Amino acid sequence: MEIIKLINALPGAVAQGLIWGIMAIGVYITYRVLDIADLTVDGSMCTGGAVCIMMMLSGQNVWVSLLCALLAGMAAGLATGLFHTFMGIPAILSGILTQLGLWSVNLKIMGKANQAINVDKYKLLVSLRFVKGVSVYKNTIFVVAVIIVILIAVLYWFFGTELGCSIRATGCNDRMARAQGINTDFNRVLGLMISNGLVAFSGALLSQYQGFADINMGRGAIVIGLAAVIIGEALFGRIFHNFGFRLLGLVLGSVVYYLVVQAVIWRGIDTDLLKLLTALVVAVFLAIPTWKSRYFSGHGKKPAKSKQ
Amino acid sequence: MLEIKNISKTFNAGTVNEKQALKEVSLTLEDGDFVTVIGGNGAGKSTLLNAIAGVWPVDDGQILIDGQNVTRLPEHKRAVYLGRVFQDPMNGTAATMGIEENLALALRRGKTRTLRKGIRASERETYRELLATLGLGLEDRLTSKVGLLSGGQRQALTLLMATLKKPKLLLLDEHTAALDPKTAAKVLATTDEIVNRDHLTTLMITHNMKDAIVHGNRLIMMMDGRIILDIRGEEKKHLTVEDLLHKFEEVSGEEFANDKAILG
Repeated sequence: MEIIKLINALPGAVAQGLIWGIMAIGVYITYRVLDIADLTVDGSMCTGGAVCIMMMLSGQNVWVSLLCALLAGMAAGLATGLFHTFMGIPAILSGILTQLGLWSVNLKIMGKANQAINVDKYKLLVSLRFVKGVSVYKNTIFVVAVIIVILIAVLYWFFGTELGCSIRATGCNDRMARAQGINTDFNRVLGLMISNGLVAFSGALLSQYQGFADINMGRGAIVIGLAAVIIGEALFGRIFHNFGFRLLGLVLGSVVYYLVVQAVIWRGIDTDLLKLLTALVVAVFLAIPTWKSRYFSGHGKKPAKSKQ
Repeated sequence: MLEIKNISKTFNAGTVNEKQALKEVSLTLEDGDFVTVIGGNGAGKSTLLNAIAGVWPVDDGQILIDGQNVTRLPEHKRAVYLGRVFQDPMNGTAATMGIEENLALALRRGKTRTLRKGIRASERETYRELLATLGLGLEDRLTSKVGLLSGGQRQALTLLMATLKKPKLLLLDEHTAALDPKTAAKVLATTDEIVNRDHLTTLMITHNMKDAIVHGNRLIMMMDGRIILDIRGEEKKHLTVEDLLHKFEEVSGEEFANDKAILG
């Protein structure tokens, strides 16, 4: 039966979905918390993969490599943040500039467009091969799930601190934030750094998982991240209100996305069309808030402006 | 408390939209002064407050708060000295955050934001007591998102946030203009209460001449980026709307055209 093929592919889809879920958390921090659509991620995803693979190829420990990938991503976020705040360039354009620059940086890190790593020769943390038929503790799904729980716990703590709260205030209402003495420029840079650090970390895991880092691996990452955020909010938004659970919701959204993609592939639909479909689905979901207020609200809300 | 020396500000300099919004304005406020500011649209009232708050740098002149020269300080650093309430109730609070979270942000104004907990349990009792003084029932809704509150409730909360850490200077930019008359009166009463309780030096812009006369110990009127009237002391106490209109005609040589300001 054909269905067996699909079922066999599911654990892989879940593993990939979880790895991309970390990326989606990064996107959430800029897109929802800071209210910035940050396109840096398309480049920093690959930066993370490139740094991790090259360091492991040169004999570094996997954890050190992952940490360095995270730091490299934060450096990319710092660049975008400085373009945006110090140089006053609009956020979207800042991200595009960094992304473009990272193309060269990523090529220089890897030396060529693609670098493979052999799972038998190096001690990888996650891999395609560790999805089935290995002990639970070595299973990629388990390992990534544990990492995600730790990450969410740390982020939950951080966004509850004085500094974390001030970042949330910056994204929500920067005028109010400044009136309360919050350095909104600093917070934006910090938020972009955290976000891109997570994205690069996700890229590092992804390149280990697939066994190579590739110059194109982050292309369209922002859209997949947004898809995960949107699916997560659509499916779990009404159940999960707590910040930590909302992060968990979008990780699950990412898993759902990859399960759907797997099903689409199983149905034999041309995979070349996958990105087009994703883009259209995300576009429609992004339009929903506008459509709701324009066509489905009982009366247009007037801004309160009566002067007495 | 506040010393403004010859500040000027021109927007869109060198373009067809050039507007000289402040023309060598000087103003000194004594400790505990409650000054109401009136004037027509485009007179420079909000520009004056924004200049003090540091929303953008002024072209010329100096601003001193409590003897400190703050002319070159960025907005978030000046916030140490200032409490601010805006005209639009949406501007003063973070809608997606809870009431207590907003208050906790305000309590840390002027302090470095650390990795300590954003709200400590001990603060909650203070917040509850302060919210109870507003008489809006907010003391039982500490964790409610501010976005769920009405405009009047949000303005009252913003007022509380602005004064939670006693500011050297309270800046109120037509903070009741967007509210219905009943709510506006209530927020104004709360304003008076807090200002009197904490002896706050205050600058309050209003569109309403009556409010400008009733509240505060000093009244200034602005026109075309200048202060054209400054009434204080005994004279302010006995001031009537007619007096004010008369004075305005004397100073400006034209009739006061803003019906809303007269009737309101």
